[in-house]
Amino acid sequence: MSERRNVKVMNRFDLTKRVVAKLKHDEAVIGGIGNSNFDLYGAGKRPQNFYMLGSMGLAGPIALGVALAQPKRRVIALEGDGSLLMQMGSLATIAMLAPKNLTLIVWDNGIYQITGGQKTATAAGADIVEMARGAGLKQSAWANDEDEFERLVERALSGDGPWFIAARIDAKAAPHQTPREPVLIKDTFMRAMGVVPPSKG
Amino acid sequence: MGAANDATWHEAVIRALKDNDVKLIVYVPDNVLKPLINAIHADAYFTAFTAAREEEAIGIVCGAAMAGLKGIVLMQTSGFATLANVLASLCVAAQIPALMMVSERGTLGEFQIGQAIVCRTMRPILETLGIEHHVMTRLDEAHFIVDRTIKQAHLTQAPAALILSPLLTGERS
Repeated sequence: MSERRNVKVMNRFDLTKRVVAKLKHDEAVIGGIGNSNFDLYGAGKRPQNFYMLGSMGLAGPIALGVALAQPKRRVIALEGDGSLLMQMGSLATIAMLAPKNLTLIVWDNGIYQITGGQKTATAAGADIVEMARGAGLKQSAWANDEDEFERLVERALSGDGPWFIAARIDAKAAPHQTPREPVLIKDTFMRAMGVVPPSKG
Repeated sequence: MGAANDATWHEAVIRALKDNDVKLIVYVPDNVLKPLINAIHADAYFTAFTAAREEEAIGIVCGAAMAGLKGIVLMQTSGFATLANVLASLCVAAQIPALMMVSERGTLGEFQIGQAIVCRTMRPILETLGIEHHVMTRLDEAHFIVDRTIKQAHLTQAPAALILSPLLTGERS
Protein backbone atom coordinates (compact mmCIF):
# COMPACT_ATOMS: atom_id res chain seq x y z
CA MET A 1 0.00 0.00 0.00
CA SER A 2 1.43 3.35 -1.06
CA GLU A 3 2.09 6.10 1.43
CA ARG A 4 2.25 9.83 0.87
CA ARG A 5 6.00 10.00 1.21
CA ASN A 6 6.75 7.54 -1.59
CA VAL A 7 4.38 8.52 -4.38
CA LYS A 8 5.32 10.64 -7.39
CA VAL A 9 4.76 14.40 -7.28
CA MET A 10 2.65 15.22 -10.34
CA ASN A 11 0.93 18.29 -11.80
CA ARG A 12 -2.66 19.23 -11.03
CA PHE A 13 -3.51 20.76 -14.42
CA ASP A 14 -2.13 17.72 -16.22
CA LEU A 15 -4.09 15.32 -13.99
CA THR A 16 -7.25 17.42 -14.23
CA LYS A 17 -7.11 17.22 -18.02
CA ARG A 18 -6.72 13.45 -17.74
CA VAL A 19 -9.87 13.28 -15.57
CA VAL A 20 -11.92 15.48 -17.91
CA ALA A 21 -10.83 13.42 -20.94
CA LYS A 22 -12.47 10.37 -19.35
CA LEU A 23 -15.87 12.00 -18.85
CA LYS A 24 -18.27 10.58 -21.46
CA HIS A 25 -21.57 10.36 -19.61
CA ASP A 26 -22.40 13.91 -18.48
CA GLU A 27 -20.71 13.33 -15.14
CA ALA A 28 -21.08 16.21 -12.67
CA VAL A 29 -17.83 17.72 -11.39
CA ILE A 30 -17.61 20.06 -8.41
CA GLY A 31 -14.41 22.12 -8.38
CA GLY A 32 -13.24 23.27 -4.94
CA ILE A 33 -12.16 26.85 -4.36
CA GLY A 34 -9.04 28.26 -5.94
CA ASN A 35 -6.70 26.27 -8.12
CA SER A 36 -8.83 23.10 -8.03
CA ASN A 37 -11.63 24.77 -9.97
CA PHE A 38 -9.31 27.02 -12.01
CA ASP A 39 -7.70 23.92 -13.48
CA LEU A 40 -11.11 22.31 -14.02
CA TYR A 41 -12.15 25.40 -15.97
CA GLY A 42 -8.86 25.39 -17.87
CA ALA A 43 -9.33 21.73 -18.81
CA GLY A 44 -12.31 22.65 -21.00
CA LYS A 45 -15.69 24.22 -20.40
CA ARG A 46 -18.39 21.76 -19.43
CA PRO A 47 -21.87 22.82 -18.30
CA GLN A 48 -21.81 19.89 -15.85
CA ASN A 49 -19.03 21.62 -13.88
CA PHE A 50 -19.80 23.65 -10.77
CA TYR A 51 -17.02 26.06 -9.84
CA MET A 52 -16.95 27.22 -6.21
CA LEU A 53 -15.85 30.70 -5.28
CA GLY A 54 -16.10 30.47 -1.51
CA SER A 55 -17.25 28.06 1.21
CA MET A 56 -13.84 26.39 1.44
CA GLY A 57 -13.98 22.65 2.02
CA LEU A 58 -17.48 22.05 0.66
CA ALA A 59 -16.71 20.49 -2.75
CA GLY A 60 -17.26 17.02 -1.25
CA PRO A 61 -20.53 17.87 0.52
CA ILE A 62 -21.93 19.67 -2.56
CA ALA A 63 -20.98 16.64 -4.67
CA LEU A 64 -22.66 14.37 -2.11
CA GLY A 65 -25.88 16.37 -2.47
CA VAL A 66 -25.77 16.04 -6.26
CA ALA A 67 -25.02 12.30 -5.94
CA LEU A 68 -27.99 11.75 -3.61
CA ALA A 69 -30.31 13.72 -5.90
CA GLN A 70 -29.26 11.83 -9.04
CA PRO A 71 -28.09 8.28 -8.17
CA LYS A 72 -27.68 7.37 -11.85
CA ARG A 73 -25.22 10.17 -12.56
CA ARG A 74 -21.54 9.87 -11.60
CA VAL A 75 -20.34 12.78 -9.51
CA ILE A 76 -16.75 13.88 -8.86
CA ALA A 77 -15.43 16.41 -6.36
CA LEU A 78 -12.00 17.97 -6.94
CA GLU A 79 -10.57 19.34 -3.71
CA GLY A 80 -7.29 20.52 -2.22
CA ASP A 81 -5.55 19.25 0.91
CA GLY A 82 -6.09 22.51 2.81
CA SER A 83 -9.78 22.51 1.94
CA LEU A 84 -10.23 18.88 2.94
CA LEU A 85 -8.55 19.47 6.30
CA MET A 86 -11.27 22.04 6.99
CA GLN A 87 -14.09 19.50 6.60
CA MET A 88 -12.64 16.16 7.68
CA GLY A 89 -15.99 15.28 9.23
CA SER A 90 -17.55 15.26 5.79
CA LEU A 91 -15.55 12.13 4.93
CA ALA A 92 -17.33 10.27 7.72
CA THR A 93 -20.69 11.51 6.44
CA ILE A 94 -19.89 10.30 2.93
CA ALA A 95 -18.72 6.92 4.26
CA MET A 96 -21.90 6.62 6.33
CA LEU A 97 -24.11 7.17 3.27
CA ALA A 98 -21.78 5.31 0.89
CA PRO A 99 -23.12 6.72 -2.39
CA LYS A 100 -22.04 4.39 -5.20
CA ASN A 101 -21.80 7.24 -7.71
CA LEU A 102 -19.44 9.57 -5.82
CA THR A 103 -15.68 10.03 -6.21
CA LEU A 104 -13.49 12.46 -4.30
CA ILE A 105 -10.19 13.43 -5.91
CA VAL A 106 -7.88 15.35 -3.62
CA TRP A 107 -4.75 17.26 -4.71
CA ASP A 108 -2.10 17.35 -2.02
CA ASN A 109 0.78 19.78 -2.42
CA GLY A 110 1.26 20.36 1.29
CA ILE A 111 0.61 24.08 0.99
CA TYR A 112 -2.10 26.70 0.94
CA GLN A 113 -0.95 27.58 -2.55
CA ILE A 114 -3.26 30.48 -3.33
CA THR A 115 -2.46 32.44 -0.18
CA GLY A 116 1.29 32.32 -0.58
CA GLY A 117 2.44 28.77 -0.02
CA GLN A 118 2.06 28.41 3.74
CA LYS A 119 2.43 24.79 4.83
CA THR A 120 -0.60 22.60 5.49
CA ALA A 121 -0.51 19.81 8.06
CA THR A 122 -0.05 17.23 5.30
CA ALA A 123 3.47 18.61 4.81
CA ALA A 124 4.18 17.53 8.40
CA GLY A 125 2.93 14.01 7.77
CA ALA A 126 -0.87 14.00 7.97
CA ASP A 127 -1.88 11.36 5.42
CA ILE A 128 -5.26 12.15 3.86
CA VAL A 129 -5.69 8.64 2.44
CA GLU A 130 -5.26 7.09 5.85
CA MET A 131 -7.66 9.67 7.27
CA ALA A 132 -10.22 8.81 4.58
CA ARG A 133 -9.80 5.12 5.28
CA GLY A 134 -10.20 5.78 8.98
CA ALA A 135 -13.42 7.67 8.24
CA GLY A 136 -14.75 4.51 6.60
CA LEU A 137 -13.96 5.08 2.94
CA LYS A 138 -12.51 1.66 2.16
CA GLN A 139 -11.71 2.46 -1.49
CA SER A 140 -9.07 5.08 -0.74
CA ALA A 141 -5.75 5.22 -2.51
CA TRP A 142 -2.72 7.31 -3.38
CA ALA A 143 -1.91 7.40 -7.09
CA ASN A 144 1.69 6.28 -7.50
CA ASP A 145 2.07 7.99 -10.87
CA GLU A 146 0.04 9.33 -13.79
CA ASP A 147 -0.76 5.89 -15.20
CA GLU A 148 -2.06 4.62 -11.89
CA PHE A 149 -4.04 7.82 -11.40
CA GLU A 150 -5.80 7.18 -14.70
CA ARG A 151 -6.50 3.57 -13.77
CA LEU A 152 -7.98 4.64 -10.42
CA VAL A 153 -10.22 7.23 -12.09
CA GLU A 154 -11.38 4.61 -14.62
CA ARG A 155 -12.22 2.19 -11.81
CA ALA A 156 -14.10 4.90 -9.95
CA LEU A 157 -16.10 5.84 -13.07
CA SER A 158 -17.02 2.28 -13.94
CA GLY A 159 -17.55 0.46 -10.63
CA ASP A 160 -19.27 1.13 -7.34
CA GLY A 161 -18.08 3.97 -5.11
CA PRO A 162 -17.55 5.88 -3.04
CA TRP A 163 -13.93 6.37 -4.04
CA PHE A 164 -11.25 8.58 -2.52
CA ILE A 165 -8.25 9.18 -4.81
CA ALA A 166 -5.34 11.32 -3.68
CA ALA A 167 -2.49 12.67 -5.78
CA ARG A 168 0.60 14.51 -4.68
CA ILE A 169 1.08 17.57 -6.85
CA ASP A 170 3.66 20.30 -7.36
CA ALA A 171 3.31 23.95 -6.41
CA LYS A 172 2.55 25.30 -9.89
CA ALA A 173 -0.35 27.76 -9.99
CA ALA A 174 -3.24 27.16 -12.37
CA PRO A 175 -2.65 28.67 -15.82
CA HIS A 176 -6.27 29.87 -16.09
CA GLN A 177 -8.79 31.47 -13.74
CA THR A 178 -12.51 30.78 -13.65
CA PRO A 179 -14.69 33.86 -14.28
CA ARG A 180 -16.35 34.84 -11.01
CA GLU A 181 -19.95 34.59 -12.16
CA PRO A 182 -21.69 32.50 -9.49
CA VAL A 183 -25.27 32.92 -10.71
CA LEU A 184 -24.35 32.03 -14.30
CA ILE A 185 -22.28 29.07 -13.08
CA LYS A 186 -25.15 27.79 -10.94
CA ASP A 187 -27.78 28.34 -13.63
CA THR A 188 -25.66 26.56 -16.25
CA PHE A 189 -24.95 23.67 -13.87
CA MET A 190 -28.62 23.25 -12.91
CA ARG A 191 -29.74 23.09 -16.51
CA ALA A 192 -26.99 20.58 -17.28
CA MET A 193 -28.42 18.49 -14.43
CA GLY A 194 -31.80 18.65 -16.17
CA VAL A 195 -33.29 21.07 -13.65
CA VAL A 196 -34.79 24.35 -14.82
CA PRO A 197 -34.74 27.04 -12.13
CA PRO A 198 -38.46 27.74 -11.56
CA SER A 199 -38.18 31.51 -11.66
CA LYS A 200 -36.54 31.41 -15.07
CA GLY A 201 -39.08 29.28 -16.93
CA MET B 1 -54.00 25.94 5.88
CA GLY B 2 -55.56 22.96 7.58
CA ALA B 3 -54.35 23.90 11.05
CA ALA B 4 -57.01 21.69 12.61
CA ASN B 5 -55.27 18.65 11.17
CA ASP B 6 -52.10 19.22 13.09
CA ALA B 7 -52.02 18.21 16.75
CA THR B 8 -48.38 19.26 17.16
CA TRP B 9 -45.91 21.66 15.59
CA HIS B 10 -43.82 18.84 14.20
CA GLU B 11 -46.82 17.30 12.45
CA ALA B 12 -47.48 20.66 10.82
CA VAL B 13 -43.86 20.87 9.69
CA ILE B 14 -43.87 17.35 8.25
CA ARG B 15 -47.08 18.02 6.35
CA ALA B 16 -45.62 21.19 4.84
CA LEU B 17 -42.38 19.40 3.89
CA LYS B 18 -44.39 16.69 2.11
CA ASP B 19 -46.69 19.20 0.43
CA ASN B 20 -43.57 20.71 -1.17
CA ASP B 21 -41.59 17.54 -2.00
CA VAL B 22 -38.87 18.31 0.54
CA LYS B 23 -37.41 14.84 0.99
CA LEU B 24 -33.80 15.38 2.05
CA ILE B 25 -33.31 16.19 5.74
CA VAL B 26 -29.77 16.89 6.93
CA TYR B 27 -29.33 17.86 10.54
CA VAL B 28 -27.12 18.46 13.51
CA PRO B 29 -29.35 17.49 16.41
CA ASP B 30 -31.02 19.55 19.11
CA ASN B 31 -33.27 18.53 21.99
CA VAL B 32 -36.12 20.77 20.84
CA LEU B 33 -35.99 19.21 17.37
CA LYS B 34 -36.08 15.67 18.75
CA PRO B 35 -39.78 14.93 18.10
CA LEU B 36 -39.47 16.25 14.54
CA ILE B 37 -36.29 14.27 13.89
CA ASN B 38 -37.83 11.09 15.34
CA ALA B 39 -40.93 11.47 13.20
CA ILE B 40 -38.84 12.09 10.08
CA HIS B 41 -36.72 9.00 10.69
CA ALA B 42 -39.88 6.95 11.18
CA ASP B 43 -41.24 8.02 7.80
CA ALA B 44 -39.83 6.32 4.68
CA TYR B 45 -40.76 9.39 2.61
CA PHE B 46 -37.65 11.15 3.90
CA THR B 47 -33.92 10.59 3.46
CA ALA B 48 -32.53 11.83 6.78
CA PHE B 49 -29.06 11.80 8.30
CA THR B 50 -26.68 13.78 10.47
CA ALA B 51 -23.83 15.90 9.14
CA ALA B 52 -20.72 16.56 11.19
CA ARG B 53 -21.16 20.33 10.89
CA GLU B 54 -23.99 22.63 9.88
CA GLU B 55 -21.81 24.16 7.14
CA GLU B 56 -21.37 20.72 5.61
CA ALA B 57 -25.13 20.17 5.78
CA ILE B 58 -25.72 23.39 3.84
CA GLY B 59 -23.28 22.21 1.18
CA ILE B 60 -25.14 18.90 0.84
CA VAL B 61 -28.54 20.57 0.57
CA CYS B 62 -27.21 23.09 -1.98
CA GLY B 63 -25.82 20.30 -4.17
CA ALA B 64 -29.10 18.45 -3.96
CA ALA B 65 -31.13 21.56 -4.77
CA MET B 66 -29.09 22.22 -7.90
CA ALA B 67 -29.68 18.62 -8.99
CA GLY B 68 -33.44 18.72 -8.39
CA LEU B 69 -33.87 17.26 -4.90
CA LYS B 70 -35.34 19.62 -2.29
CA GLY B 71 -33.88 19.50 1.19
CA ILE B 72 -33.73 21.33 4.49
CA VAL B 73 -31.10 21.68 7.21
CA LEU B 74 -32.24 21.35 10.84
CA MET B 75 -30.06 22.88 13.55
CA GLN B 76 -30.01 24.97 16.70
CA THR B 77 -28.93 28.60 17.06
CA SER B 78 -25.32 27.81 17.97
CA GLY B 79 -25.05 25.82 14.74
CA PHE B 80 -26.51 28.66 12.72
CA ALA B 81 -23.79 30.90 14.15
CA THR B 82 -21.18 28.91 12.19
CA LEU B 83 -22.82 29.58 8.80
CA ALA B 84 -22.11 33.18 7.77
CA ASN B 85 -19.38 32.20 5.29
CA VAL B 86 -21.27 29.48 3.43
CA LEU B 87 -24.52 31.46 3.35
CA ALA B 88 -22.74 34.51 1.90
CA SER B 89 -20.37 32.84 -0.55
CA LEU B 90 -22.49 29.91 -1.72
CA CYS B 91 -26.24 30.33 -1.09
CA VAL B 92 -26.58 34.09 -1.55
CA ALA B 93 -23.83 34.53 -4.15
CA ALA B 94 -25.05 31.69 -6.38
CA GLN B 95 -28.78 32.08 -5.53
CA ILE B 96 -29.32 28.57 -4.19
CA PRO B 97 -32.53 27.90 -2.22
CA ALA B 98 -31.02 26.35 0.91
CA LEU B 99 -33.77 25.95 3.49
CA MET B 100 -32.97 26.09 7.18
CA MET B 101 -34.99 25.36 10.30
CA VAL B 102 -33.37 26.71 13.43
CA SER B 103 -34.51 25.78 16.90
CA GLU B 104 -34.09 29.01 18.83
CA ARG B 105 -32.07 28.37 21.94
CA GLY B 106 -30.78 31.10 24.22
CA THR B 107 -34.00 33.03 24.74
CA LEU B 108 -37.19 33.01 26.85
CA GLY B 109 -35.78 31.30 29.90
CA GLU B 110 -32.49 29.89 28.73
CA PHE B 111 -30.18 28.77 31.56
CA GLN B 112 -27.06 28.30 29.44
CA ILE B 113 -25.23 31.61 29.10
CA GLY B 114 -23.26 30.46 26.03
CA GLN B 115 -26.52 29.77 24.21
CA ALA B 116 -27.96 33.11 25.32
CA ILE B 117 -25.04 35.08 23.88
CA VAL B 118 -24.71 33.16 20.61
CA CYS B 119 -28.45 33.57 20.02
CA ARG B 120 -27.95 37.32 19.57
CA THR B 121 -25.86 36.72 16.43
CA MET B 122 -28.61 34.98 14.44
CA ARG B 123 -30.89 37.81 13.31
CA PRO B 124 -28.06 40.25 12.47
CA ILE B 125 -26.50 37.62 10.18
CA LEU B 126 -29.82 36.88 8.46
CA GLU B 127 -30.62 40.58 8.11
CA THR B 128 -27.15 41.55 6.88
CA LEU B 129 -27.29 38.91 4.16
CA GLY B 130 -30.88 39.79 3.25
CA ILE B 131 -32.06 36.23 3.91
CA GLU B 132 -35.84 35.79 4.24
CA HIS B 133 -36.68 34.49 7.72
CA HIS B 134 -39.80 33.92 9.77
CA VAL B 135 -40.31 33.10 13.42
CA MET B 136 -42.79 30.33 14.13
CA THR B 137 -44.67 30.99 17.37
CA ARG B 138 -48.17 29.48 16.88
CA LEU B 139 -49.45 26.04 15.92
CA ASP B 140 -52.27 27.44 13.79
CA GLU B 141 -49.74 29.34 11.66
CA ALA B 142 -47.04 26.68 11.51
CA HIS B 143 -48.02 24.90 8.30
CA PHE B 144 -48.73 28.16 6.49
CA ILE B 145 -45.33 29.67 7.34
CA VAL B 146 -43.32 26.56 6.43
CA ASP B 147 -45.33 25.94 3.25
CA ARG B 148 -45.10 29.50 1.96
CA THR B 149 -41.43 29.89 2.90
CA ILE B 150 -40.45 26.74 1.01
CA LYS B 151 -42.44 27.84 -2.05
CA GLN B 152 -40.93 31.32 -2.10
CA ALA B 153 -37.38 30.04 -1.58
CA HIS B 154 -37.65 27.82 -4.64
CA LEU B 155 -39.61 30.22 -6.81
CA THR B 156 -37.14 33.03 -6.14
CA GLN B 157 -34.04 30.79 -5.85
CA ALA B 158 -33.02 32.21 -2.50
CA PRO B 159 -32.08 30.73 0.88
CA ALA B 160 -34.57 31.07 3.74
CA ALA B 161 -34.67 30.37 7.46
CA LEU B 162 -37.51 29.22 9.70
CA ILE B 163 -36.94 30.01 13.37
CA LEU B 164 -38.70 27.73 15.86
CA SER B 165 -39.58 29.86 18.89
CA PRO B 166 -39.98 28.36 22.37
CA LEU B 167 -43.48 29.92 22.17
CA LEU B 168 -44.26 27.12 19.70
CA THR B 169 -42.07 24.30 20.89
CA GLY B 170 -42.57 24.68 24.62
CA GLU B 171 -40.19 23.53 27.28
CA ARG B 172 -37.20 21.48 26.33
CA SER B 173 -37.74 17.82 26.99
